[in-house]
Amino acid sequence: MATYTLNINGKEMQVEVDPSTPMLWVLREHLQLVGTKYGCGIAQCGACTIHLNGVAVRSCQLPVSAVGSQEVTSIEGLSENGDHPVQKAWLEVDVPQCGYCQAGQIMSAAALLKNNPNPGDAEIEGAMSGNICRCGTYVRIKKAIKLASQSSAS
Amino acid sequence: MAVSGIKTKIGRRAFIRNTSLASGGLVLGFSWLAGCKMTPEEVDNLPREWFKLNGYLKIGDNGLVTIMSPNPEGGQNVKTSMPMIVAEELDVDWKDVIVEQAPLDTDAFTRQFIGGSQAIRRGWESLRMAGATARQMLREAAAQTWQVPVEEITTGAGMLVHKGSSRSVGYGEMASVAAKRTVPDEAPLKNLEDFKIIGTSRKNVDGLKIVTGKPLFGMDTEREGMLIAMIVHPPAFGLKLKSVDDSSARNMPGIRDIFTIKVFNEGYEKMFFDTRTFNEVVAIVGNSTWEVLQAKKALKIECEPIESSTETRDRFGSKWEQHTPAGLESTNEHFAQMAAMASKPAEVRRRDGNPEAAFKRAAKIVEATYTAPFLAHNCMEPMNFFAEVNGDKADLIGPLQKPEFTEQALSERLGIPLENIDIKMTRLGGGYGRRSYAHWLVEAALISQRMMAPVKLVYTREDDMTDGIYRPAYRATYRAALDANNELIGFHVNAGGIPESPLEENRFPAGAVAHYLAEDWTIDSNLTVGSFRAPRSNFIACAEQSFLDEVAEAAGKDPIDFRLGLLERAAQNPVGENNDYDPLRYAGVLKLVKEKAGWGQQQEGVHRGVSAYFCHNSYAAQVLDMVIENGQPRVQKVTCTLDCGIVVNPDSAKNMAEGGIVDGIGNAFFGELTFKDGVPEKDNFDRYRMIRMGEAPREIEVHFVKNDIDPTGLGEPTFPPIFAAVANALYRAKGHRYYDQPFLGRDAISG
Repeated sequence: MATYTLNINGKEMQVEVDPSTPMLWVLREHLQLVGTKYGCGIAQCGACTIHLNGVAVRSCQLPVSAVGSQEVTSIEGLSENGDHPVQKAWLEVDVPQCGYCQAGQIMSAAALLKNNPNPGDAEIEGAMSGNICRCGTYVRIKKAIKLASQSSAS
Repeated sequence: MAVSGIKTKIGRRAFIRNTSLASGGLVLGFSWLAGCKMTPEEVDNLPREWFKLNGYLKIGDNGLVTIMSPNPEGGQNVKTSMPMIVAEELDVDWKDVIVEQAPLDTDAFTRQFIGGSQAIRRGWESLRMAGATARQMLREAAAQTWQVPVEEITTGAGMLVHKGSSRSVGYGEMASVAAKRTVPDEAPLKNLEDFKIIGTSRKNVDGLKIVTGKPLFGMDTEREGMLIAMIVHPPAFGLKLKSVDDSSARNMPGIRDIFTIKVFNEGYEKMFFDTRTFNEVVAIVGNSTWEVLQAKKALKIECEPIESSTETRDRFGSKWEQHTPAGLESTNEHFAQMAAMASKPAEVRRRDGNPEAAFKRAAKIVEATYTAPFLAHNCMEPMNFFAEVNGDKADLIGPLQKPEFTEQALSERLGIPLENIDIKMTRLGGGYGRRSYAHWLVEAALISQRMMAPVKLVYTREDDMTDGIYRPAYRATYRAALDANNELIGFHVNAGGIPESPLEENRFPAGAVAHYLAEDWTIDSNLTVGSFRAPRSNFIACAEQSFLDEVAEAAGKDPIDFRLGLLERAAQNPVGENNDYDPLRYAGVLKLVKEKAGWGQQQEGVHRGVSAYFCHNSYAAQVLDMVIENGQPRVQKVTCTLDCGIVVNPDSAKNMAEGGIVDGIGNAFFGELTFKDGVPEKDNFDRYRMIRMGEAPREIEVHFVKNDIDPTGLGEPTFPPIFAAVANALYRAKGHRYYDQPFLGRDAISG
């Protein structure tokens, strides 16, 4: 066990955990930030996607000991009131079915748009290829990303 | 508002049961916005009192209405569309409605489960009556208060109006009086043309919670002092636990206990959904998921072969014998066994005319064989459940599809009476049939009982995939006899599977062919199988609709016109009496897809496949446009037409249709679980290939046939036919037919 002071969603938070504990479980179990989801545990499904210094990473493969003072953003910290352009677009397009993968999808999409505000279809597909949606809402996800891209640009 | 005289007895029990509760008026336990901080405005908007008019709804003194959504929500969006039906008949403004997930209460609600695309179809009347009887009680309350005849009271958007005396009042003000009235036996229902909510698109009531990551799922359950539990199961089907070596795992950090549990007692007669692969598993209990995971890796188990067994099971009152053979099964053997069975005499399920003679005099015979492998459900949220068993009480929270068919097993196993068991349903992170078999709920409860603590049981992805209740493997051989004029005079299907048959002998083209033979067989297996989105249809639709495409080609006919010709025969002069489809509605979706897809127009580099199917009470037709990019097939567009009667929530219905299409394309391309000596050869998404965005259609267009028929479901109907639309488009793109799923084989994982 070791104590870590983490910068999560703009706040300092302390946890006492085994150094090998992935951020996924630190967020979910030790900090009760359960929006980040467990799907596969091997970085294949993207349900656990968070931002590390603004870059989308799979938190199931990120040990807490590797985080240091880097900025961690989870779905709970993407916006104050659920009004990030990507979240708004998701609501407008009414993307989710079961909804389990959607926080991870939104985090991947938000990271994409931060770096590339106007991505083309192939760029969207490339950036989102690590996120599985078992319900098959991909057509809507892509539509929402394009909508968010337009609304951020205007 | 005009009213029709439709009356019903459905759901009476619910209303009677709840009248006594309603008479007191005030209902506590309001959990709106639970887990969220309320803004001052939201607090101001809360009613001071709620009045329950029946099991489905309560009205606040300020006019807000809480509607209970009876069924579990697994992505079909019933949590929005079922309350929409209640709100319609109650005649309130949708913006004044708050939706809550109802608890399991088989007295108050009918059919609280997900499955068979039946929620809307089977809920339609009782949901309408829930709204209509409450509206009637409000009208009676107004009539009583104003001393005017009830017939003169009209309603609109949550207001009661008496035109003659120019009086009007909101529902909220009349709710306390209404709640004291007896629930009426009959109540007028709206005419369809007066619907204001049904038929309009309303957004997912949980949308904001989903996109902001609020706790909604069973996996998100957290309680003071809660322990985490995982299981270890035998690595292969055909094995059972012999001994457990927990010497290194037991003393690892955070581990509380390790023990074995048995899900069902010896001699317990299992019901239809009481399927469990490994009756005895090891439970590892600890403080945190990560710690339990480490111990799980360190635990050693020894296994031994199972013996063959036969047990009697109960299928909703009728008994059947389930035979489980011993042995370690492999996929290669499975396919060889199925091929061998196909050449043996099979069980004749339907015979029309003289098929043997028809084939003898045929000018042309077309024959093809189709196969499909086992599939894992792979819900994104792995199986999990929370349990807190305390003495003779048990509280359970989590995702499951059929709570009322699981609680008996739980009660029997725990030795706790049903009335002391409380099951709360969380949003399901996918179900697709898998969560109908909720043995993990029993496991969670047994672990909690033993630990005397609240416990959340979590399956890892690997457990979820390798301890599954799979879609069976199937095989079907079709033969068609064409005469010299290319008329279809004979049709023969021989189908079977491991361990169930996919045959639906009374479906199309039965009824459209004079000489028809359908027969089937099964092969026992110790792999556990169960419902998977559109059971049986999810294979047989592909085989049948691929075959009809091939027969149409052999007959020199357009594939849509060929089907329409057969459907016309079935409508005009049907063969046999048990045809379980309406040929006119079937033809309707085909004609509509022909028009909407611009069928017949050639586009350079676009290869089109068509398919249509009727299952789960709804009709679907699809045209799939495929292109080849970098040597790989890509679905450019799917045009889908549906006849599911009245569409309650159109945009959400389209979402469901799109999901079934994408899911079907993914499974047609990649879906496959193989076994080697009883061991599933894939245990996570690195090897089990799931469809990803770059493989999904670029565009999906969904059109509904407009009619006034009572609504039917959409969770399943778009899934089965799309497999054949893929196969038929692939044929045109690649020049050869695709018979064996998955069509793209075991290509490298993208992602």
